[in-house]
Amino acid sequence: MSLLALSAPILADRVKKGEIRAAHVVEESLARIEAENPRLGAVLHVAAESARSAARAVDAAIGRGDEPGPLAGVPILLKDNISTIGMPTTAGSRILDGYLPLYDATVVEKLRGAGAILIGKTNLDEFAMGSSTENSAFGITRNPWDMTRVPGGSSGGSAAAVASAMTPVALGSDTGGSVRQPASFCGVYGLLPTYGRVSRYGLIAFASSLDQIGPLARDLGGIRAVFDAIAGHDPRDATSSPDSGMARRDGALRVGIAEGLLSRSGVETGVAARLNETAARLERGGARLVPVTLPDPDKAVATYYLIATAEASSNLARYDGVRYGLRVPGETVESMMRRTRSAGFGREVKRRILLGTFVLSSGYYDAYYVRAQKSRALLRRAFLQLFETVDVVLLPTSPTAAFAVGDRTEDPLAMYLADVFTVYANLAGLPALSVPAGRDAAGLPVGAQLMAPPFGEELLFAAAKHLEGTAA
Amino acid sequence: MSAVRFEPVIGLEVHVQLATRTKIFCPCATSYGATPNTHVCPVCLGHPGVLPVLNREAVALALKWGVAVGATVPDRSIFARKNYFYPDLPKGYQLSQYDRPITVGGSVPFRVDGAPHRTRLVRAHLEEDAGKSFHPESGREAATLIDLNRAGVPLLEVVTEPELHSAAQAEALLGRIHQLVMYLEICDGNLEEGSFRCDANISVRPAGTEVLLPKTEIKNLNSFRNVYRALEFEIVRQSRVLEAGDKLVQATRLWDAGTGRTRVMREKEEAHDYRYFPDPDLRALEIPARWIDEVRTTLPELPWDREERLSRTYAIGFEDAQTLAGTRALADYFEAAALEAGDGKAASSWVLTEILRLYKLSEDGWRGVRVPAAGLGKMVGMIRDGTISGKIGKSVFAEMAETGKDPEAIVEARGYRPISDPEQLRGIVTDVLNDHAGPVRDYLSGKEAALQFLMGQVMRRTEGRATPHLAREAVLLAIEARRGENAE
Repeated sequence: MSLLALSAPILADRVKKGEIRAAHVVEESLARIEAENPRLGAVLHVAAESARSAARAVDAAIGRGDEPGPLAGVPILLKDNISTIGMPTTAGSRILDGYLPLYDATVVEKLRGAGAILIGKTNLDEFAMGSSTENSAFGITRNPWDMTRVPGGSSGGSAAAVASAMTPVALGSDTGGSVRQPASFCGVYGLLPTYGRVSRYGLIAFASSLDQIGPLARDLGGIRAVFDAIAGHDPRDATSSPDSGMARRDGALRVGIAEGLLSRSGVETGVAARLNETAARLERGGARLVPVTLPDPDKAVATYYLIATAEASSNLARYDGVRYGLRVPGETVESMMRRTRSAGFGREVKRRILLGTFVLSSGYYDAYYVRAQKSRALLRRAFLQLFETVDVVLLPTSPTAAFAVGDRTEDPLAMYLADVFTVYANLAGLPALSVPAGRDAAGLPVGAQLMAPPFGEELLFAAAKHLEGTAA
Repeated sequence: MSAVRFEPVIGLEVHVQLATRTKIFCPCATSYGATPNTHVCPVCLGHPGVLPVLNREAVALALKWGVAVGATVPDRSIFARKNYFYPDLPKGYQLSQYDRPITVGGSVPFRVDGAPHRTRLVRAHLEEDAGKSFHPESGREAATLIDLNRAGVPLLEVVTEPELHSAAQAEALLGRIHQLVMYLEICDGNLEEGSFRCDANISVRPAGTEVLLPKTEIKNLNSFRNVYRALEFEIVRQSRVLEAGDKLVQATRLWDAGTGRTRVMREKEEAHDYRYFPDPDLRALEIPARWIDEVRTTLPELPWDREERLSRTYAIGFEDAQTLAGTRALADYFEAAALEAGDGKAASSWVLTEILRLYKLSEDGWRGVRVPAAGLGKMVGMIRDGTISGKIGKSVFAEMAETGKDPEAIVEARGYRPISDPEQLRGIVTDVLNDHAGPVRDYLSGKEAALQFLMGQVMRRTEGRATPHLAREAVLLAIEARRGENAE
């Protein structure tokens, strides 16, 4: 059995005990990427040399009897919108082609400190804008379960890499479902931590009030180990929270079942069937099922796209060709900036910048941005209220299994609806976990999503524990 | 048709660079004059993925301002993004405050030609400065060069109500604001380095009416005098447009100190839509009441209070008190000297003339003024109690200015000790009277002015050291003695 099939904490344990060398694990990971990546397109940049030297350092530390950290020797891939010093960080955009960051994201520092080995960077929808990883300037990523299908997005590269065992774990980022939806499409676990739980310092911003970095792994243990390593307050991120986890109450886990959602048009029967089974398995495991009603998902999607595009239009203003990345010359500074942005951004990014600029424009701001913020506050309040009666809520991660490559690229609205069940958590600042829930009739993975109140990651893990090992 | 008189309506926007050691959202230094682009980091360069962290020191300085002008400090204020593209604006937006500024209201008292005024403030808000663009004419290619050392330096933008009605009022208020920020030590006040900048909004209207006509925003006002000149120019320009029956258009105009004119930079139609919205990277700024109380205890005596007190306590004219309270350093100097001298009035005249002269000549500010305040005070006291004459005082002062030495030491070393021994004085006076029999006779025959001459001779012979009132006594005594002799 490949070492890469091991759970990250088990692998780290064996490295620490000296049973396997980190250098060996890294070679396996590099070989696996070399073999699989040409057909999958999951990895954009492989940092072979720095990975090898990091692995040697871990092995040397162990040789000296030093504590190498909880993720000792665990190879990890990072979504390419996470800043890595001296290592290309493109956000999947032409406009950052050739840019080399001057600093490591806080999560990168933490992972290095925990002994994890940075193997490279994974593909994504440009600036994390998309649900299929078809919007990257550097080619599409394919689903390892079916090469004709997308891996989901925008963290499709990380999901495909983990699913194809290039590494046991990877990091993604989730603004409206970008970790959970590809996790569900690729049959792996994907966690959106509570907003503020993981530092955003070094995460290339898409929509600042919604973005959060989260781990993907093939097992719950891998998710927990990486989450533990990257969570915590960061003085460099003013939105990072000093709070740590909340205490779990005693007694049976109360699981809210959002039954109405499954009968919505657009929810595939395979997805509905796997969700019902998941609920039944939770009940058999001792959980109490409580029917609940969630806020209108269509409103949530509308709210999400108003806020996300507004923030994005401002966040992406810095890519002007002046200081780094692409520069297309012009006769004046203004024409240089105009040409650079025209050539550097892809179609979907431009669409969202235009939408967001419109949302913030005087005369429209109150009707769109202010109303969206009110709607968001109401949504959060509704969820906080809901969590007074249940510990977690169960719902699909995505209404469908992985769709075909090219299927939705000409229909942005259909693409946006892929986020219909995932934007809740981002809007309300809740943690959510996508758990593999079996496969549909076509053999494609289906994901079940668990949501918990703020700082309730432990509740998610407890619920997922009920399900672990019983997935089809 | 009778001529309509026009009245200007003026408001100011003052950019005060807060004197923090580091920038408002990152740990880079704020010091001026460094090699371009050396005080920068990923945060102030706007690199992908960076986040701002608010410098609490900038907030503390802004609170000082708010408390000093009696503004309301809301318990929550919010940073907003002001979105516009400019090559020296690294993020493509400026972090500023919009509808929830750090201070609201307040007012600043000031005087114009002795008459008291008070202008209310709309608000003051915190923001980051942008970088600087250069457009060198020479060089093989036309290029724009950018220095981002200034990007992220903290600014407090103070906005006054539009209730000033002359260029002189505007200039005086600006001077007062400048004085206040220096008193509060929240800004170094350096105009040349751009630490203190001003834009002015001005419209005119027929005197006595309340109508508001389109206004002009004047930029590039880098001195108090230019504020006055630009506003005077604009008052005349706008009045003429109206007199000619034409319409004014709202515009931003640039002051050109060289030509003494303003020119259009952009008109209203081209106005930016800055698309302000709350910055999602920064939490709302919460200011608990106890922070404001704490700031209140650190507040110095404010300039307008100090003027009043100096005038009252030292019995000096208000105008002199205003000059002495001009800066904290000058006022402190004066008070230390006055205390030592035991005579505020006398100390004030030395400070207002000799010390200010030295200060103006100094290339190193107060450090270049070598006369210590206590030393000046001691010297003024010595003149007052007759230890030295005013004339000797001038020599002592000259040496203090040169060397910074203690006045008593100078008097000792130079032998400036006064001659007040009656025996010694009598000898000197006898010699003088013997040498000048003519003037003695003149005096005795009723020419009082001859006494002045004889006193002068005594002073000359003693190099000014004779204690004046004792010398006078001795001269009178000796002459009266001769009246008898002459009669014999």
